Amino acid sequence: MKEPLRKPEPIQLDELDRRIVVATQGGLPLVPEPYRQIAAEVESTAREVMKRLQTMLDAGVIRRIGAVPNHYTLGFRGNGMSVWDVPDEKVRTHGRVIGDLDFVSHAYRRPRHLPDWRYNLFAMVHGKDRSEVMEKVKAIADMLGDDNRAHEVLFSTRILKKTGLRIPGKD
Amino acid sequence: MDAVDRAIINRLQEGFPICDRPYLTVAKQLEITEDDLIGRIDAMLGAKQLSRFGPMYHAERMGGGLSLCAMSIPDGEFERVAEQVNRFPEVAHNYARDHRLNMWFVLATETPKRMGEVLGEIARTTGYPVYDMPKQEEFFVGLKFEV
Repeated sequence: MKEPLRKPEPIQLDELDRRIVVATQGGLPLVPEPYRQIAAEVESTAREVMKRLQTMLDAGVIRRIGAVPNHYTLGFRGNGMSVWDVPDEKVRTHGRVIGDLDFVSHAYRRPRHLPDWRYNLFAMVHGKDRSEVMEKVKAIADMLGDDNRAHEVLFSTRILKKTGLRIPGKD
Repeated sequence: MDAVDRAIINRLQEGFPICDRPYLTVAKQLEITEDDLIGRIDAMLGAKQLSRFGPMYHAERMGGGLSLCAMSIPDGEFERVAEQVNRFPEVAHNYARDHRLNMWFVLATETPKRMGEVLGEIARTTGYPVYDMPKQEEFFVGLKFEV
């Protein structure tokens, strides 16, 4: 079961942590002892690297260690950013339910910008194509009932830029 | 992709152990060999069936700022503004979307303070307002997408 994240204080990473982040942000080495290989790159020991990774995992600096499937190459060619205007006091309840749906990869509460932008709940919806995405959005709308005061689906038409996230605090 | 590949994808969405021989641990659970597991992950990354494999870092928890921003740009100005926005190193992803708010990008800054500065600089440089939509709460599981 997932819980919405708290807003904890940012963790202070030291130099070794940062080197570990830089060494692993592109992925884990595909060798039998990956943490030993990282240790060699960052001039530490496998034991220390494992300890640091576990600490960052416990602190939420690392969300998880694992694989991210590529929706697109796995046949989910449609993905739409659905945005919803739901009552503020119910956004958490609905967000949890929507975030748990197997065709939703992320769900977030975000601020409205009235009068231009009324939506406070975002959910990325995946389907084989756009029409399947729209069916799934309809299913969410039905589920929300009257709490769905308005919604839209935004499809991307073009990637304008795609780079990795920068690691904060490195020089 | 065969049944073993699918089992690997499903298993690896649940997390990966931190121990001396993590591939061996997972391979035993899947009843395959360590070599086979490593080879298949490598192949699926190569075929882009997996977009990444490793630790997923959380930018805000490392002290940085992260936000989703949107702008509404008239057609004739779109390319110019896209170029100006993309020139900011803090802009990580930028997508055109079919909406009145037609440009959506992720801003990642070294500090939360820098976020406000960059938002101001983008608005000044482009001449258009930026709608700042940082996440206020996350409802995320990340381990599902059964294949």
